[in-house]
Parts: sequence; C-alpha cells; structure tokens
Amino acid sequence: MLLIRIVGVVFFLAFLTPFIDKRLGQISGYLYALMPALLFVLLLKQLPDIIDRHFIIQSVDWFPLLNVRLSFYLDGLSLLFALLITGMGTLVFIYSGYYMQHYPMRGRFYFYILLFMGAMLGLVLANNLITLFVFWEITSFSSFLLIGFNHERPEARAAALQSLLVTGFGGLAMLAGFVLLGNVAGSYELTDLLQDGAVVKGSKMYMPLVLLILVGAFTKSAQFPFHFWLPGAMEAPTPVSAYLHSATMVKAGIYLLARLHPILGGTDLWQFSLGLAGAMTMLVGAYFAFTQFDLKKILAYTTISALGMLVLLVGIGTGLAIMAMVIFLIVHSLYKGALFMIAGAIDKTVGTRDIRRLGGMWPVMPVAAVATFLTLFSMAGLPPFLGFIGKEVIYDAKVQAPEIAVYLAILAVAANIFMVAVAFLFGYGVFFGKKKDPPKIPREPAIPLLIGPVVLSVTSLFMGIYPAILTQPLVMPAVDAVNASPVKLHIQLWHGLNLVFLLSVITVTLGLTLFFFRKPAIKALRKFNQRYFKIEFTDLFGKLVESFLSFTKGHTKVVQHGYHRFYLMLIFIVSSLLVWYQLYNTRGWGFQANWEEIPFYLIGISLLIITSALGAVFTRSRLVAIILLGVIGYAMAFIFILYGAVDVAITLILVETLVLVLFVMVVYHLPSYMPRYSRPTSRIRDGIIALVFGGFMTALVLKAEFIKISPPISDYFLKEAFTKGHGRNIVNVILVDFRGLDTMGEAVVLMIAAIGVISLLKLKPKKKGEE
Amino acid sequence: MSNPYSNIFRIVATKLRPLLLILSLVVLYRGHQQPGGGFIGGLMAASAYILYALAFNSAEARKKLPLSTSALLGTGLTVIVVSALLSVMAGEPFMTGMWTTLHLPFGQELHLGTPVLFDAGVYLAVIGVLLTIMFDIIEIE
Repeated sequence: MLLIRIVGVVFFLAFLTPFIDKRLGQISGYLYALMPALLFVLLLKQLPDIIDRHFIIQSVDWFPLLNVRLSFYLDGLSLLFALLITGMGTLVFIYSGYYMQHYPMRGRFYFYILLFMGAMLGLVLANNLITLFVFWEITSFSSFLLIGFNHERPEARAAALQSLLVTGFGGLAMLAGFVLLGNVAGSYELTDLLQDGAVVKGSKMYMPLVLLILVGAFTKSAQFPFHFWLPGAMEAPTPVSAYLHSATMVKAGIYLLARLHPILGGTDLWQFSLGLAGAMTMLVGAYFAFTQFDLKKILAYTTISALGMLVLLVGIGTGLAIMAMVIFLIVHSLYKGALFMIAGAIDKTVGTRDIRRLGGMWPVMPVAAVATFLTLFSMAGLPPFLGFIGKEVIYDAKVQAPEIAVYLAILAVAANIFMVAVAFLFGYGVFFGKKKDPPKIPREPAIPLLIGPVVLSVTSLFMGIYPAILTQPLVMPAVDAVNASPVKLHIQLWHGLNLVFLLSVITVTLGLTLFFFRKPAIKALRKFNQRYFKIEFTDLFGKLVESFLSFTKGHTKVVQHGYHRFYLMLIFIVSSLLVWYQLYNTRGWGFQANWEEIPFYLIGISLLIITSALGAVFTRSRLVAIILLGVIGYAMAFIFILYGAVDVAITLILVETLVLVLFVMVVYHLPSYMPRYSRPTSRIRDGIIALVFGGFMTALVLKAEFIKISPPISDYFLKEAFTKGHGRNIVNVILVDFRGLDTMGEAVVLMIAAIGVISLLKLKPKKKGEE
Repeated sequence: MSNPYSNIFRIVATKLRPLLLILSLVVLYRGHQQPGGGFIGGLMAASAYILYALAFNSAEARKKLPLSTSALLGTGLTVIVVSALLSVMAGEPFMTGMWTTLHLPFGQELHLGTPVLFDAGVYLAVIGVLLTIMFDIIEIE
C-alpha cells in the first residue's frame, strides 16, 4: 500500500502542523522539508521497476455502491509528476523555512501547503477519475487559501476568489465530463479506460465529454481565455508562486491532458482544441511578459506561455511531440521554480520586485547572479542546458507535425523570441545596468533562499550535459505512458546542423535584437496595448460576476424579503391551501372518532391546551404569553407519555424549558407591556390564517390514521434495531446508526447556526463615528 | 452592596449542576437501550450550566466549563466524524457500527460501540451549540 501511504502521510503531517508548528519554532520549515525529501527518495527507488514496465496499482473500496474506488496507479507519467512534486516541495520548504519564519501565521501556511502537496500527489497518483477529481478540487481550494494568505490585503482576497471561481468552475465542468466518460466506458478506473479508447472515441457523447474535460484542464492550466487568474495569483507568498503556480498545480491540467491522451486523443476535435488554445496561450503569455514591470508578473506571464506550449505539444500528439512535452515540462519546472525563488529572494533582501527600481546588483550578490544566469540560459534555450535540448526537440516536433508544420514553427519561433528577450531583460535588468535606489541596501540573500535556485540550475545544467544517463530514464517511461504506441527516440544535446538548429539561431538572434531595442520596443508595445488591448480580462470577469450577482439578487428579493412574519404567513397559507385541496380531492369526510374511548384526563389536558392558547393570544403581557406557550408544550409532552413516546416527551420537556428561558432572556430586553401595535384588520387576517392552518392540521391528524400509502418502514426498524443496531431504543438506534448520516448533517447545521448567532450578536458592525 | 440574586437559587444551582451532569451522562449511556440518548443528555447538561448562569452570571458559568462553548461544539463534531471513520480504518464502509463488550470487575459488562461514541459526539455538540447561543443572548448589553 505504498502509494496510499505516501499520500496519507502528507495529509497526516498537514493536520498535525497547527499543533506542532509553534513548538518547532522558526526552523519548522526546514524540518518539514525532510518529509518530501524522504518521499522523493522513496519514489526514485521505484524508477527501475517502472522502466521495466512493472506498474503499481493499489486500491481500496470507497463508495462501492457508486463504483468509486480509492485507487492509485504508478507509471512513468505519474512517477515523473510525483518526483517533481516532492523534489520541488523539498526545495520550497527549505526556502520557506527562511522566507516565512517571521510570518505571524506560519503554522497555517504550512498546513495549507502540505494540504496542497498531499492533494497534488493524490491527483497524479489517482487511478480513479472520481478520486482524481476530489484531489483536484482540494488543490484548487488550497491554492485559494494560499493566494489569500495575506488576507488583510483586499487585492489578495480578490485574486484568491477569482482563481477559486475560475478553477472551481472548470473543476465542475470536468466532473460532468468524467461522469459522461465513466458512463460511456463503464468504468472510472484509468487502467480500464486506457483499454477502451476506441469505444469512447466512437460514442455519441465523445464531443461533449471532451469539451467539458478540456474546460477543467484549461482553467487549471491557465489557458487562454482563462489565463487571467494566474497573474493575479502572484499575490500569494513567493514560495507558493514557485511551487503551486509554476511547477506543480498549474501543470495538473497538462497532466490530465497527457493522461487522457491515449483515451481521448488523436481526433480532429482534440488536436484542434488543444492546438488552438495552446498556440493562443503561448503567444499571449510571451507577448504580455515582455511589457511587465513586476518580476513575479513577468514570470507569471512566461509561465502562461510555457503552459500554452505544453498544451500545444500534447495536441500535436506524435511520439516526438510527447517527448518534447515531457522534456519541456521538466525544463520549465526547473527554471521557473528557480526564477520565482530568486524573485522572492530579491524582494526579501532588497524590498522591491519592480524591475525599474532594480539594477547593477551583481557585485553585491554574485551567487544569486550566477544562479540566475544559469537558469536564464536554460530558459532562453542556450546550450548546454536542458532548456536547449527541450527547445530543439520542440522545434523538431513542430517541424515534423503533420500538415500544420509551417504555422506551428512560425508561432513557436515568435513566442520564443519574446521568451529570449524576457530572459535577458530579467537578468540584465536586475544584475547589470545602472545602479538604482531600492528601498533596502542590496546584499547577498540568505543561504536558504539560494539553495533552491542553485540546486535547480545545476540540475538543469547536468541534465543537459548528460542526457543519456540523467534525462532519458525519467523522460522515456513518461512518454511511454502517454503515447500508447511505442516510440524509439533518444535524447541528445547536439543534433547537427539542420533546419531545427537554424530556427534556434534565428530565435536567439531576433530575441537579442528585441532585447537591445527594448526601450523603444516596450514603450511602443505599451502604447499599442493601451490602445488595442484595453479590456482587462480580470475586470471583465469581475463585471461578469457582479452582473450575475445583481441578477440573482433581483429575483431572490421577491421571495427572500427578510420579514420573518411574512415568511411564516407564506408557509402557512401555501401549505394549508395545498393540503385542503388534497383533502377535498380525496373526499371521505367521515372521521371515525370514537368519543367514548377518550379517557377523561385527556379531555382535561385538551381543555388546558385550548385555554392556554386563547390566553396567550389575548394577554397583553409578553411574559404571560410565553409562559402560557410553555404550558401548552408541557401538556403535549404529557400526551406523548400517555401514548408511550417517552423519548419524545423528555426531549419536548427539555426543549420547552430551554426555549422558555431563551424567550425570557430575549423579552427582558423589550418593554414588558405590549401595546396594540397591529391594526384590527391585520389581526383579523392573522386569525383567519391561524384557523385555516390549525383546521388543516386537525383534519390531517384525524385522517392520517386511515391513510396507508405503503407499508411503514417502522416494521423494519422494529425487527432490525437490536440485531443490527445492538440497541433496544429504536429511536436512538435510528438516530445514531440507521440514519447516522442525517444526524451528522444536523450536527453540522447546529454548528453553522451557532456561528450565525455569534456573528449576529458578537460581531457588531462599527457604526459611523464610533471608535 | 445588596445582592440582586437570590441566595436560595444560587445554592440550588450550585448543588444541582453536578447532579444534572451525572444524570445527563447516565441518560447518554443508557440511551441505546432505554429512553435517553445524546440529544436528551446534551439538553440536560446544558440546562445545568444555564441554571448556573441564571443564578450567578454567564462568565461564572463559562469558568465552570472544561472547554469553551465553541470548543465543545468542535470536539463534538470531531468525535462524530471520528466515530464514523473508525470503521473505515477497520476496512469496513463509512459509518458501519462496530461493537465490543468490556468485562468489568464484579461481573459487570459494558457494551460499547461506535454508535455510542457517535452519540457522545452528539451530546457534546448539543451542549456546545446550546450554551454558545444561550450565553451570547444572556450577554447582550
């Protein structure tokens, strides 16, 4: 049960953090880093088995009735992602150990991020679509919490909500798609589905299910036109941006597309949708990255561009394209994670991320500068880094793509030109050029902030130099898992002088040219943006949400007016009319009441109830009215006891007592004398409603004895309460066993009610002029 | 300064509190076989504290509680969820009732099961929610 334990242990640690974090003190982040490091080693040990195609499948029943299993599957693709998650996780935790040490809510931060890590591992290891969906939603949710981590900033709250709405919307669409897929194929298990690709593609539901699933993948992986939430997500603390919003969570969509490619891929619809969205996203991201000033925003837009590239490559779908996708996935995670960490380190030590206020810092921070440049070379696709291999294979895949090769090559070159320019802009702007006056005096960032970038850039260098030893064993099993047909490819640094190399040279040259003319270029492009791209997607989305809210508010107001008395009136009128109508339809007015059998004490109690009710209506003292209502309750309890419902009677007596106390407490704050507030007409109206309602209750009770719709379930409970529920008190057995889930739900409702009362009574809004 | 509260009421409330609590626990335990249960027990235990709060004040009553009212509510919910999850850990579907019998000295037997634990959770949650609401209303300025 290795896989279940791997996921479980992360969640376990997550739920432990609120209790242990304070005791661990400021080094807690470094200690947490041990766990992903251990998992990384554990997963790496599975690699030889996976290369030999010994995949691991493990499962336990979850909801057997609904065919939902908590099942896990480890093949090349999931192993690669799991290694990325744990590996990056280790570095990010070391980084946060320093970055987050003085945050007041550190424990909460680690709780959220561990929750995310567990969910992300569960997502990539899941073998069941429903399991995958559950973990998918947890990642969206923890991302929401992390983006809004600095919750006192309104921008952070808005960005968090926006990302939750976008990814949550996508997640629901995806669930619908999964259900369709499960219905078509007859199973939710990925291992079964992988055999059934032809059945799914041939079915009538193929198009709707693909589109629904794509909405899920595209929202998560920030594809155009859903890309806008990702730059907003930069409100999160930097470790989160490095981890969730570049290396792992945003790749969940890519993972899903790659995972479903053997099942759904290869059709025109698939190629067209992925190609179009991917190409658009790639261009839009690269273009907008060039004109940003905030280091993290620059990185966010380049991430969008990279995600577009990945989707495009899955869309092309040839063996070569899938290999390019897998390599670029690794390349991007390595360099983008490192760059985010550096951006955060600069922000932390220098006090700003605005590229206009940074410059000439390499003499004071040489280590950071070297790490940055190594990383940027990989990003720009220069040899001998892994990034170079990645770019070469990508060009190769695009040049060899069937039919659309020329367009794809042009698009890829265009996007890459901007990427090269951005890479130089980032490196040059921060470390060379004129010295500026940042808020704090620049110095070398602390060691824990540099471990991540250094490790990642060196990894990227070695993976580029030794592709056969380091890269091949990771990439090939993953390619094998995605591309159902076996491919024989191998990765090398030098391809020789060919078209692909020529494209690389063109890219770098034009990118450098753009970089040299950056000042006029950025100015011109900004002006161009202001004129032609005035619509901000974020604003548009905000307006959409707003108009939806005001639309719902408009028609909700008709029924939800907020007046308690009118709610009651409506309920009473509607239910009495419906029941009277039904009683009229069924006829049979003979209520065979046997008056002689009624014992005298019952008549006495009934008279007491009637008198108290009349008294409560006509008294002019609130206290008397309340006490008389209490009398009615006690009298009812007596009737319950007479007919053997002891449990109900005890409960009723206790509830009546407590309600009495509660009412007295409330009434205490009101004047004791009740003047006649209501007009005679409304009193007559209320009287009529009361009589109609009371009349129908009476009629209903008298009729109820003769109505037998179906055999009552109480016989089953009577029979099974002791044998199955180990109890003689049937009411209690129903409450805690047979219908335990209902009770659980009611307990939650109680909690919500209590929170409501607290917020109404304790958290008073401050009035104007008050302190 | 004269005492606005009745001393008789105060003594009654003080003496009744432990009695009511013990009674509520008895009602809770026997609930599965005879009239009673977590809901009723919870109501009784809560009324013990409400009585105390009426005789003294809510701050004094809060002091007598082992946990804050919201923590009681949270603990109750947690116990409910844990009792439902215990069967999952044993490999059974969610919320399957599991029973065991403890043999106490003097030939007594204690019949325990996850539904009883579930009921204990209900007991705590009911106390928590009632006292949260009651105390907050008592404390209105």
